[in-house]
Amino acid sequence: MALPREGIYGLLAEFETPTELVIAAKAAHDAGWRRLDCYSPYPLEEAAEVIGFHRNRVPLVTLIGGLMGLCAMFSLETWISTLAYPLNIAGRPTYSWPAFIVPAYEWTILFAGLSAAFGMLALNGLPSLYHPLFNAPSFRNGATVDKFFLCLEATDPKFDASEAKAFLEGFHPNSVVEVEY
Amino acid sequence: MATKEFITNDPRLDPVTGELRVIAPGQSFRSVTAKIADIVLTPHTSLGWLLLLAVSGSAATMLLVAVTWLFLKGVGIWAITQPVAWGFAIVNFVWWIGIGHAGTLISAILLLFKQGWRNSINRFAEAMTIFAVVCAGLFPLIHVGRPWLAYWLFPYPNTMNVWPQFRSPLLWDVFAVSTYATISVVFWYVGLVPDFGTMRDRAKSKFAQYIYGMLSLGWRGNVKHWMRYETASLLLAGLATPLVLSVHTVISFDFAVAILPGWHTTIFPPYFVAGAVYSGFAMVLSLAIPLRKVFHLEGLVTDRHIDNMGKVMLATGGIVAYGYGMEVFMAWYSASHWEFFMMWNRMFGPMGWSYWVLISCNIAIPLTTLWVRKWRTNLTFMFVMSLIVNTGMWFERFVIVVTSLYRDFLPSSWGTYRATKWDYMTYAGTFGLFLTLFLLFVRFVPMIPMHEIKMMLPSAKVKTAVEAGD
Repeated sequence: MALPREGIYGLLAEFETPTELVIAAKAAHDAGWRRLDCYSPYPLEEAAEVIGFHRNRVPLVTLIGGLMGLCAMFSLETWISTLAYPLNIAGRPTYSWPAFIVPAYEWTILFAGLSAAFGMLALNGLPSLYHPLFNAPSFRNGATVDKFFLCLEATDPKFDASEAKAFLEGFHPNSVVEVEY
Repeated sequence: MATKEFITNDPRLDPVTGELRVIAPGQSFRSVTAKIADIVLTPHTSLGWLLLLAVSGSAATMLLVAVTWLFLKGVGIWAITQPVAWGFAIVNFVWWIGIGHAGTLISAILLLFKQGWRNSINRFAEAMTIFAVVCAGLFPLIHVGRPWLAYWLFPYPNTMNVWPQFRSPLLWDVFAVSTYATISVVFWYVGLVPDFGTMRDRAKSKFAQYIYGMLSLGWRGNVKHWMRYETASLLLAGLATPLVLSVHTVISFDFAVAILPGWHTTIFPPYFVAGAVYSGFAMVLSLAIPLRKVFHLEGLVTDRHIDNMGKVMLATGGIVAYGYGMEVFMAWYSASHWEFFMMWNRMFGPMGWSYWVLISCNIAIPLTTLWVRKWRTNLTFMFVMSLIVNTGMWFERFVIVVTSLYRDFLPSSWGTYRATKWDYMTYAGTFGLFLTLFLLFVRFVPMIPMHEIKMMLPSAKVKTAVEAGD
């Protein structure tokens, strides 16, 4: 979808407490808003729940990564020890699989861990050093410290600047500002 | 359960549970942020920090000198020879990596067990892990003789058509330690990303905003991001837990797979892991007690933390004591002449003193005194105890490596071990490296995870509709 790159990104309301944010976000979601987001200085599960975000794909990415690590190392060990460079170590069979478990286990963890971290960042669309919300002074001052934000985005079909502003102000936020691209 | 007596108005105690508080009362989101972030963001660098950096930097330079000389002359400048071919390098390797394990334990295992008190100490415990692994990883690398060829340890296609031998625990070590280092760094960095976002938003100087902005990867606290972030953190914790257990297990295989009396024991893996956690918690205490004093973090690193760490040390110390007891028992019960001689020689031979240093520092002193709660919350006592335990744990590795090797099967090949000045310089130098890295960490990175502390404050809870008066 082509996003508009000029004009306003959305309306941003600042709340003092997590409870106010959750109430406002729930009302907005119930009223049919779908392109909206909440911002909090620490993980706020309730806010994600009320805007309809229930599960994520990080565990799947991690599982796939872990299985890849396991298969990669175990096959590498098998190939090296039986075909590429077979060595007689104290008369043991060349395919001595119990000994191969340890490196394969380590690589399972290595690949799974890297997939979890980088998968999480990729799904979040990070790194992205610029974001329109950083243009709002209230956001820069509070979003990562102690304030709670609800943003109704301009791409939502319901979006109308004056109506949205009136809607947000009904929840007594500290401020409502228009965020420019 | 018997009722506990406590002074009701003691501000250190939680009025509901009667336990020592995890966080002192009266903190808000902003005060926590200011407290932690301003340690880093202040333009004023204290004289004490500079002095410490000068000292630790000099020690790190000594490491550089010792390693340079080693590269020029070879491992012959160390005291290793037959029969003691594994000396300080292996002792220090195992000791340092063991210290690292407490960081992972605090950050991963205690997260899975939902031990909220860990939040204040996990960041610097993880930093300790990484820096300890840096020091640990150095030793096998410089011990291989031709360190510039250390990459031969990895399987890679080469013109010599040679591949590593996967049935050796020494090669398993390569994978265990490299994975451990990588996952520790990733876990630590993932934990730091939101805090770097806070630093970016609080920094006043353009340069700091730029650097922290880059490091934060554009973190903006989107609740959906937070959910994925929490999942990833939990998964990383779940992965780091079996990893940390496997790392010291594999290290103990380096010994246990050999047929040498004193090494060839099945009890090594659990007892190595417990010993690692034991020394690691001691090191966390050695760092936490001065840090909390210097940076006035009494409200965030409370007596509860010190007390709990003392309890963990008591438990792991008990496991270690069981390990020592079992070693002695098996030396007798196996009815093997060589095992029996090794144990007798370890206790009463020419190097018997090292065994008794180990027993006093690891068993006799801590396991008799740590039972007393009043002492466990006494900072001076705990600081001294942490140093004693780390000394003891170093001697444990020394005893395992040296006293198992220096009396070989044939008296004609008996030898002794006396570390050279290069051994001591290298060991002392790694302290310099460790402290230098740690000082830089304390100055430039928020040492307590701000978002995790915020989650623990009463104001972080979302009230239900009734409570909110809606």
